[in-house]
Amino acid sequence: MSEYVNITIDGHDIKAKKGERVLWAALDNDIYIPHLCGIRQEERPNAGCRLCFVEVEGASRPVTSCTKNVEEGMVITTRSERVDRLVKTAFELILSDHNLKCRECPANRSCVLQDIAKKRKIKLRHDRFKSIVREFEIDDSPAEFAFDRSRCVLCGQCIWADREEAKVGAIGFTKRGINRVVTTFKDLPLAESICTQCLLCVEACPVGALYYKKNESDDSNKNSEKNS
Amino acid sequence: MQLIEGEKDQILAIVGEVLKNSPKQREDLIPLLQKVQAKLGYLPALAMEKIADGLNIPAADVYGLATFYNQFRLNPPGKHQVKVCLGTACYMVGGDITLESFERRMEIKEGETSPDRLYSLERVACVGCCTMAPVAVVDEEVEGKVTPTRVDGIMLALQDEEKKNEKELKSNQEEGEDA
Repeated sequence: MSEYVNITIDGHDIKAKKGERVLWAALDNDIYIPHLCGIRQEERPNAGCRLCFVEVEGASRPVTSCTKNVEEGMVITTRSERVDRLVKTAFELILSDHNLKCRECPANRSCVLQDIAKKRKIKLRHDRFKSIVREFEIDDSPAEFAFDRSRCVLCGQCIWADREEAKVGAIGFTKRGINRVVTTFKDLPLAESICTQCLLCVEACPVGALYYKKNESDDSNKNSEKNS
Repeated sequence: MQLIEGEKDQILAIVGEVLKNSPKQREDLIPLLQKVQAKLGYLPALAMEKIADGLNIPAADVYGLATFYNQFRLNPPGKHQVKVCLGTACYMVGGDITLESFERRMEIKEGETSPDRLYSLERVACVGCCTMAPVAVVDEEVEGKVTPTRVDGIMLALQDEEKKNEKELKSNQEEGEDA
C-alpha cells in the first residue's frame, strides 16, 4: 500500500497523503475551500462552521471536507449549486449575530470573514436573517490584548490554541444556542483567570474578537511622523 | 454566590466522597455532576473546581458543561422557589412580562438566588395547565393568570410569611431566654 492516494479536485490531479482530509489536501494545492473551525491536527473535527462543503462524486449530497478522508480515485468538486447554497446560508447565519462594524474592527482587511465574502462573492450585509448582535462588555483586562465577544464567530481556534499549544485550559465554550460564548471559568475577566496571557489565542483568532491593544506610543509615533 | 458558614467543608466532603466512589474519565463528568448536585442541591463553583481537579480537566470545561444543560443549577435553591412558565401558551400571553416582574420584585435575574437565599427564580417550559396561562409555580403551588399585579400579591404573601416566621423565631428565642 502506498503512502499517497490520487484524487481529483476541480479537475486537478492531486497526490494526497493517506489519512489526510479533503480540506487540507485542497488547501495544500492552492485550491480554496472556505473554512473557519477546521484544525488540521484535530482528530475529531468540530465541523461546526458548515462552510467547507464540497461535492464528492458518488455521494448523494455535499459533505464537509474537513471531516472527509481522502480515498484513492476520489473526484471532488468544490463548487456546485447545492454547495454554494449551503455555504451561503451557513455564512449568513454566522454573520447574523456578528458585529459588522468592520471599520472599527482591528481585523479589518485581514478578517477571514471578509476573505470568504470576497472569494465566494457573498455580501457581508444581508437581510435574509434577522440580525441579533448581542452587546458584550469588552474584556480588556489582559496587558496586551482584549476580547470583544460581539465579533466572535465561535470557531474554537482560540480554545485549541489555549489547550493544545499553550496547555493552559483557561477558556472554553459555555452556555448553549444563541447564548453560547467563549469564556473563562466563572466568567472571570481573563486577567483574573488562570490565563497566562501567552497570546497564542490572539494569534489564532481568524476575526477581530481577540486582538492586540493599540499601543499608545505607536499612535503618537504615527502622529509625529505625519506632522513632520 | 457567597458560601454560608460551614458550607465549604460540606462541599469539600461531598465532592471528595463522590469522587472517591466514581470512575474519573472525562465521560464520567455528567454523572459526577448529577451526584454532587443531588447532594448539595446545586453546583457551587468550588465543587466544579474540585471535580475538574479530580478528573484532571480544565475547570472551564466543567463550567461549560454545567451551563450547557438545563438540569444543572449554579445557584442554591431559595427557600421560596418560583418557576415561571415560558411554554408556547404562556409566552404568547406575556409570560416574559411575568418573569420580568418577578425579576424586578426579587431584585435578581432568572436562574439566580437572592443573597439571603430566600428566593430563587427559574424559567420552565410548560407545567401542563396552559388554560391558566401565564402560569407560575410558587413553592410547588401552581398559580394561574399571573399578571404583574398578581406577582406583587404573590411576593407580598411570601414576604408576610417570612416576617411572621421571623417574629415567631424571635418570640421563641425570648421565651427560651426567660425560662
